[in-house]
Amino acid sequence: MRIALQLNGAPTSMDIEPQEFLLDVLRDDLGLTGAKRSCDTQVCGACTVLVDGAPVSACSYLAAETDGRVVTTIEGFRETPAFGPIAEAFTRHAALQCGFCTPGMVLTIHALLEDGELTDEASIRHGLAGNLCRCTGYRAILDAVSELASERIA
Amino acid sequence: MARSDAAEKLRGDVRYVGDLVVPRMLHGKVLRSPYPHARIISIDTSAADAMPGVVAILTGADLLDIDPHYGHAIKDRPIVAIDRVRFAGEPVAAVAATDEATAEAAVRAIVVEYDELPIVGTVEEALAPGATLVHDQPLRPGAFHGLGTLAERDGNVCYRYTIDRGDVDAAFAAADIVVEGDYVFPSVYQYAMETHTVVAQVDSDGITIWATCQHPFLVRAEIAALFDVPLGRVRIIVPYLGGGFGSKSYTKMEPITVALARKAGRPVRIANRVDESMVTTRRHNMTARVRTAATRDGRLLARDVQAWFDTGAYADNGPRVTATGGDAAAGPYRWSAVRVDAACVYTNTAPSGSYRAFGASHLQWAGELQVDEVARRAGIDPIEMRRRNLLRPGEQVRPGGKPLDADLVGDIEKVAEALGWSREKDPDTGRGVSVGLLAAGAHPVSSAVVRMEADGGAVVLVGSTELGQGQRTAFAQIAGEVLAMPAERITCQGTDTRFTPYDRSTGASRSTTLAGLAVQRAADAIRVDLLDIAATVWPGDPGAIELRDGAAWHGDEFRTYPELIAKRFGLSGGQLIGEGGVHPEGTGSYAEGPVFWEVCIGAAEVHVDRETGQVTVNRTATVADVGRAINPQLVERQDEGATMQGIGNAMFEEMVFVDGQLLNDNLLDYRIPTMEDLPRHSSCVIVENEDGPGPFGAKGCGEGAFAGIIGAIATAVADAGVPMTELPFTPERVWRRIQELKEEPA
Repeated sequence: MRIALQLNGAPTSMDIEPQEFLLDVLRDDLGLTGAKRSCDTQVCGACTVLVDGAPVSACSYLAAETDGRVVTTIEGFRETPAFGPIAEAFTRHAALQCGFCTPGMVLTIHALLEDGELTDEASIRHGLAGNLCRCTGYRAILDAVSELASERIA
Repeated sequence: MARSDAAEKLRGDVRYVGDLVVPRMLHGKVLRSPYPHARIISIDTSAADAMPGVVAILTGADLLDIDPHYGHAIKDRPIVAIDRVRFAGEPVAAVAATDEATAEAAVRAIVVEYDELPIVGTVEEALAPGATLVHDQPLRPGAFHGLGTLAERDGNVCYRYTIDRGDVDAAFAAADIVVEGDYVFPSVYQYAMETHTVVAQVDSDGITIWATCQHPFLVRAEIAALFDVPLGRVRIIVPYLGGGFGSKSYTKMEPITVALARKAGRPVRIANRVDESMVTTRRHNMTARVRTAATRDGRLLARDVQAWFDTGAYADNGPRVTATGGDAAAGPYRWSAVRVDAACVYTNTAPSGSYRAFGASHLQWAGELQVDEVARRAGIDPIEMRRRNLLRPGEQVRPGGKPLDADLVGDIEKVAEALGWSREKDPDTGRGVSVGLLAAGAHPVSSAVVRMEADGGAVVLVGSTELGQGQRTAFAQIAGEVLAMPAERITCQGTDTRFTPYDRSTGASRSTTLAGLAVQRAADAIRVDLLDIAATVWPGDPGAIELRDGAAWHGDEFRTYPELIAKRFGLSGGQLIGEGGVHPEGTGSYAEGPVFWEVCIGAAEVHVDRETGQVTVNRTATVADVGRAINPQLVERQDEGATMQGIGNAMFEEMVFVDGQLLNDNLLDYRIPTMEDLPRHSSCVIVENEDGPGPFGAKGCGEGAFAGIIGAIATAVADAGVPMTELPFTPERVWRRIQELKEEPA
């Protein structure tokens, strides 16, 4: 089947199989490898991309569902002005180690910040519970995001 | 200094093995045994062979031209099952096809006829008289166990580590206080988010492998031996890893991928799913019987430990885990007698290997619970108890080994203060500390090359793997310090064994200490070279020349490094090359080691809900006793990561095997910590006594906190009135223990 979407700011149309998952299309067909495959069961968040601005697990999201919608991966998001402050906070706090979870984490944080959902520490902990990080132990990520959230509120 | 790899990781630019595409690459999928123990009667691949897109199918029949067994400790593992499967999940065949879906479909089309055999699903079953043997051939030692001469297999026991010092029985007979208990540590999964992934290519160049491996040079050696090719014709390329934690140590999916690529005549990629990685390696579950003898005033006398480590169907790193567990069993106290008997036992379950702080994580908590129980009976505060009994720097930890190289008393006082040891607390709140030592550094062999380019920048070549710990940043800092130039001008990238000099392994907290020392020495060779060139600029007074800010200075005059290099080589171009290495001072044996004792200290404050059994970890503190912190921020991150993994292991992580079958082989049923599990407060105290063997007095970190936190949570829960003897401390288990305690006489 043929789908047409806005991918990282560019109108894109392509032929896909109806049963194909978005992650496979992004990684294997389009070479967009910033989204990672890990748990494959919508637990870890490493495959997070934005569909119409909302974070989804691309490993379990049908590519067909993106027809007519706006899809943003880390490759697109990093070119937008909103990327800089998040990257700067993560760098300053060393809020990443192996980096495997990082693109998905960054996209989720952006979406939650945009929606105004990160109002206090509890909301950050809850909002990011769907993005696993095995390396950092989360403290530095929490610190970085708390700073970003308080800048938004202020 | 900020991590050198932050930008590329944030931008999603980093290419992990699974992101690489090699021309003509095929996709491999593995057929795994559904049975924990069975004879293979037949394998029919005809239907799979006939499928369009299938290029090659590998079975044991394809390996008749080689000895297909490997194992760095014990050569007990075939590349794919030969005649017999020993665990559910063992590779039986593999398919290479033009795409993953075809490979997967072909795997399902292979028909295998099995004849089920009796199993030993637990250590208890494996040790029973007349138990089925998981292996019935004589034990063949591997090339890299480093544990001296391995004894013959004893039934299902493949390795035994013992310590017998002083008169243990007499000490117990004379003791006023004796504490005894049986302890259970569960099987757990490392869960590096990137699963084991390998791309292999076999051609006239030799064997080329892109692998998620922590120890590229050991993998190279095993591949060379398996396929009978010279070491120099095996090339292992390791890009960034998506986490390791021990799960990617030693050889994992590389042999089967190479064998499949060899048969296909084209490059093949095999990327494990999570359920496959869970049966590729895991942490040993363990049971232990621990006894402690002490005087009535709290002087520790003797420790007696028997421990059984379940290594699954193949030894993997089990012998080393068992030895390190044996070393951690006594704890760093002034015992007059110690007896340890630790056994590594085969069962028909998925093989167990390395996971962060192995050995110490298994046994420190049990010993520390008993130290606290002695303190309680003697009426002594746990901190004071440790102050009285802990070893002091320079004292013997175990006979023949490295003496204690850390100030444990100072560390325990710092961690207690960081936790808020003496603050008021309610009866449902418990506080605990734990202290131990981890034999760290593995085998002390590392080498490095530093090249200074004509533009004055430098490249560090070192075979240690960046798996998130930040060692590329640390190596650049070390070289920058020696060369008096900014670390930002120093490039350190991944390993390619064709160019990168030998390094033993990335694990046992060794990289900064040992590979870092090699980097320091290699950089120093360039420093000497730069000074030699500078001495030709200002002859007659070489002592007055110093290196500073990327230049050689003589009074107010200076020559930049590019100017010095141009002076050496005449025209533009040329390169200064420095080498540095580390090798054992003695024989390098395990008994002489370790390279350093990694300090395992943690403190925790927990709340126990007596109605539900729910334990909440509210506060943690760790001490990173690192000698010298090359990058303090990254040291803190190591302790924070280890703390969280320790919380996962202590509180809820557990692989559930029933009759050899793993029941929770996914991240829904096997839960790891999320941000919601982060304690309200956690802190890390960095201690810099410059007492390490590494560069500038550094020693490794990142594992100790893991064992320290498990122990601290255990002692904290006991402090709240619930001494637990089985991990993890799930609400059900804690609730049952609370009910038992109500029934026990006080």
